Amino acid sequence: MIILGIETSCDETGVALYHLEQGLLGHLLYSQTATHALYGGVVPELASRDHIQKLLPMVAELLQQQQIASSEISHVAYTAGPGLIGALLVGASVARALAFGWQIPAIAIHHMEGHLLAPMLERPAPSFPFVALLVSGGHTQLVAVKGVGDYQILGESLDDAAGEAFDKTAKLLGLGYPGGPALARIAANGDSSAFHFPRPMVDRPGLDFSFSGLKTFTMTSWRATNQDATSQANIARAFEDAVVDTITIKCKRALKETGYRQLVLAGGVSANRHLQQTLRAVADQEGFDLFYPRQEFCTDNAAMIAHAAAYRLGDALRHHCFEVHPRWPLSQLQPAKDLPKHN
Amino acid sequence: MESLTLLLANEEATHAAGAALLSATNGIGLIALQGDLGSGKTTLVRGLLRAAGYQGRVKSPTYTLVEPYSEIGHGIYHFDLYRLADPEELEYIGIRDYLEEKALILLEWPERGEGLLPTADLTLMLSYQAFGRKLQIIAGNPYGLEIIKKWPEQTIF
Repeated sequence: MIILGIETSCDETGVALYHLEQGLLGHLLYSQTATHALYGGVVPELASRDHIQKLLPMVAELLQQQQIASSEISHVAYTAGPGLIGALLVGASVARALAFGWQIPAIAIHHMEGHLLAPMLERPAPSFPFVALLVSGGHTQLVAVKGVGDYQILGESLDDAAGEAFDKTAKLLGLGYPGGPALARIAANGDSSAFHFPRPMVDRPGLDFSFSGLKTFTMTSWRATNQDATSQANIARAFEDAVVDTITIKCKRALKETGYRQLVLAGGVSANRHLQQTLRAVADQEGFDLFYPRQEFCTDNAAMIAHAAAYRLGDALRHHCFEVHPRWPLSQLQPAKDLPKHN
Repeated sequence: MESLTLLLANEEATHAAGAALLSATNGIGLIALQGDLGSGKTTLVRGLLRAAGYQGRVKSPTYTLVEPYSEIGHGIYHFDLYRLADPEELEYIGIRDYLEEKALILLEWPERGEGLLPTADLTLMLSYQAFGRKLQIIAGNPYGLEIIKKWPEQTIF
């Protein structure tokens, strides 16, 4: 059985083929970042139009590359939310139409469940139960994962998501928008003792985050400098230290509260090197296991969607009505109906 | 009085201004919010939503473009048009449906929707001060003037 996965929730067009016994066969990703850089961010309607142009040629290319005939595909999986509604509709329509044409079932996948299970694409893979830290442009959540679809939100950001805080801080420092990755790059050259930012909400009990106030702190610090490259790097460093420290403290707390011994990182921000290194050091020190996928599976991709679908074959639908959910809390998911045995 | 200027000393004061906005508008109107990143636009909206009885997470709509709330019996919509490249994209979002509703529409980056959006009843401009923030409230039409007249006294410094 081979699942074709389709991801179009934001500005990345992704297709993947996942074999139930052999694992991931291959995946392709087209990023619209260059298109959107001209406009300073993702432009929802441009994103939808780009998905329309790219998606079917990418499916054909992947099948050709992997020497797979469409008749060998058993399921089509697609991201049904959360995300930009226009972008989601393109992926859902194409996926449902292909499934209808090929007379096979389709599976609607929650984008964040895709991220959350992505570390299981790697070896060694985590096993249930574990604590997952989902950090991306739209999400910052700590989740107790007891099984596929059995998720308990332990804490989340009350305002800006971590990735959003990176992008906005980058903009305040004149690094353009979205400039999160650029900010992380220059932070590596910053002096961590030059500025000290507060660690929001670490003095309060609980596992919620708040990153919005760091913008004010950045602005105040930036205005007090001569705004040269050194100050920029130092403030970037202080900001990144504050975010990484805060996340680290909350992760330790979540592991303590649940008693779980495995921490899984997922979502675009989990590709942040400083975050990975800090948590790796803490994991070694405290004796828990840390898992995160390779960089290409941290950011949006279709491999994680096809992979998540392998756990949700019981949710496959043959009818061709569909809906997408721009807002879709992870906690609303139901446990997977059956768990197929696969590698 | 066509405009009103308030000094907001801290986050609580920004929340209080949000609550005052809810009370003065009675939950109906098109309100433009202007100010740099981090000047407190979302904080003000949070204050308004808390006053409306909403206790959940109030996140900035930068990524989602619009965050809907329904705590006061009809819609409160928090828009951020920062990522619009062309005002025409408002048509795809279904902006007309939002504007026709009896609702409170809070709009960040309204200039990105110029040409497709009517004049805001009220424009709130937030700016950084040495301490806290300055909030300037400007009426765009007679309804906006009415809102300013109803602005609760205790929040005027």
